[in-house]
Amino acid sequence: MKCQECDKQAVFHITELETGEVRELHLCEDHARTYLNQSESPEGDDDEKASGGGLTGPLTVGQTADELALLDKKACPMCGITFFEFRNQGRLGCPHDYVHFEKELEPLIANIHGAAQHTGRKPQRPQADEGSQLPEGTEELTTVIGLRRSMQEAIACEDYEQAREVRDGIRGIEDRWLPDAARDPGSPPAGPPTS
Amino acid sequence: MKLDTLADAVGEWLRGTGPESDIVMSSRVRLARNVAQYPFVSRMSDQDRGDVERFLRERISSSSVGKQLDYIDVGRLEEIDRQFLVERQLISREHAEAQGARGVAIDGLEQVSLMINEEDHLRIQCMHSGLDLRGAWEQIRGVDDQIGSAVPYAYHPKWGYLTACPTNVGTGIRVSVMLHLPALVITRQIDKVFRSLHKISLAVRGLYGEGSQAMGDFYQISNQTTLGKSEEELVEQVGDVVPVLIDYERRAREFLVRETQQNVHDQVSRAYGILRTAQTITAEETMQLLSRVRMGVLLGLIGDVKIADINSLLIRTQPAHLQKLRGVELDTKDRNIERARYLRRHFEGGPSGSPN
Ligand SMILES: [Zn+2]
Ligand SMILES: [Zn+2]
Repeated sequence: MKCQECDKQAVFHITELETGEVRELHLCEDHARTYLNQSESPEGDDDEKASGGGLTGPLTVGQTADELALLDKKACPMCGITFFEFRNQGRLGCPHDYVHFEKELEPLIANIHGAAQHTGRKPQRPQADEGSQLPEGTEELTTVIGLRRSMQEAIACEDYEQAREVRDGIRGIEDRWLPDAARDPGSPPAGPPTS
Repeated sequence: MKLDTLADAVGEWLRGTGPESDIVMSSRVRLARNVAQYPFVSRMSDQDRGDVERFLRERISSSSVGKQLDYIDVGRLEEIDRQFLVERQLISREHAEAQGARGVAIDGLEQVSLMINEEDHLRIQCMHSGLDLRGAWEQIRGVDDQIGSAVPYAYHPKWGYLTACPTNVGTGIRVSVMLHLPALVITRQIDKVFRSLHKISLAVRGLYGEGSQAMGDFYQISNQTTLGKSEEELVEQVGDVVPVLIDYERRAREFLVRETQQNVHDQVSRAYGILRTAQTITAEETMQLLSRVRMGVLLGLIGDVKIADINSLLIRTQPAHLQKLRGVELDTKDRNIERARYLRRHFEGGPSGSPN
């Protein structure tokens, strides 16, 4: 069988469901790669085909081109990803993006899932020090991503005093959340060595 | 862990045991998790990548479930070994083809696998033979609790578990069953079934064998949404539809035997004949023919083959397995010759012949 996009031999045979329609795709290796890179899950193994569900479609209604251009430049203060980059890649940069881009993501997520509120399980938090109750959400810990970035910038500018200060800030947060070692690169593993 | 020793076993998803295993190959639950204090995988520096890999490896190995797992440094594996793990469904193709620090922890039964630095920092998978979604869910919940008490998973009260792709956010759960539906394919009812599944927010995918080829008549059904329902509700959503599909397939099989006995008998006999005599054969054709023979055995049209043998051939004729069993690397042409030889040798053994 020939690839439906070119004359090469079709080696990928994909069944996709889109908007209720079953679609059979017969593609050569090259075209399959292109296709799979576009779709959410590059593999039969996983499932996230669910995907398409909105990432590639028009984002939110009622936005002018100017507003969209502005929005695209908006960057997460922790990981630095812009909304434009997210729109292109379909992958977020860090957990804080769900907070920073919440207004933009909410309609998208509601469209994909038909819901905008988690009702499932909650994580078991690592045991914090006595008396200090860890919150359910991990917003505080997420700030470490931004702090680590500014520490690296300080080091690059040879501002070591600044870098030390930031590092102490990171340790303060991590000590609350990760009281039992394994936090510091280079500290001994908490458990038996792996082989 | 020596990968070569795995090649002698069939792995959980083709074990061919468990409830309804004439139609349901395997039941699987997967959870996507991220560590809160690091960027998501696509935005990590090499340093971050190494740190996350080490952080998770250490925390997993010191948990009690970790003590039953073997850790494989996927970043250092040869391509054929990565392909081998993909064929066994222990890692995803994406994980095999990624770059940089990453790994997988696997238990001896190949039921549990924990991928580090796939699309998310951690992907926990639990797979059981046959129809056993509840068992797989209960097992993975235990694993998740143990790891989660040592790892601060990224979590938000409104959005749930935070994932790199918004399609997985919330529970981060993907519940799936792998079904063998040859009679629905032959009777051309499969599209209708797919359409009705899509209406209730379930996704259907064909199964790929090696890098590319479609694997005959095997389909994976899974939930499409992950937010707004509890994990149990999502397990049920997939679980509820399986008995219906089993019933459809059984009825289609009965119809084939009743109405087209000769045609079906002819089809499966020819498939069996080719497998026993071919001199060169692709993985794709092998899957297709094995699928038909599998149905023939289940319909009682082929007497001297065991389902367990068919399942074992399904995995051992895939490229990386074939090469591992042979002990040498082969190009496509030589693989096709070796595959045909392997099949002939297997079926020559007679009724209880096992490959060697
Ligand atoms: Zn092509
Ligand atoms: Zn971010």
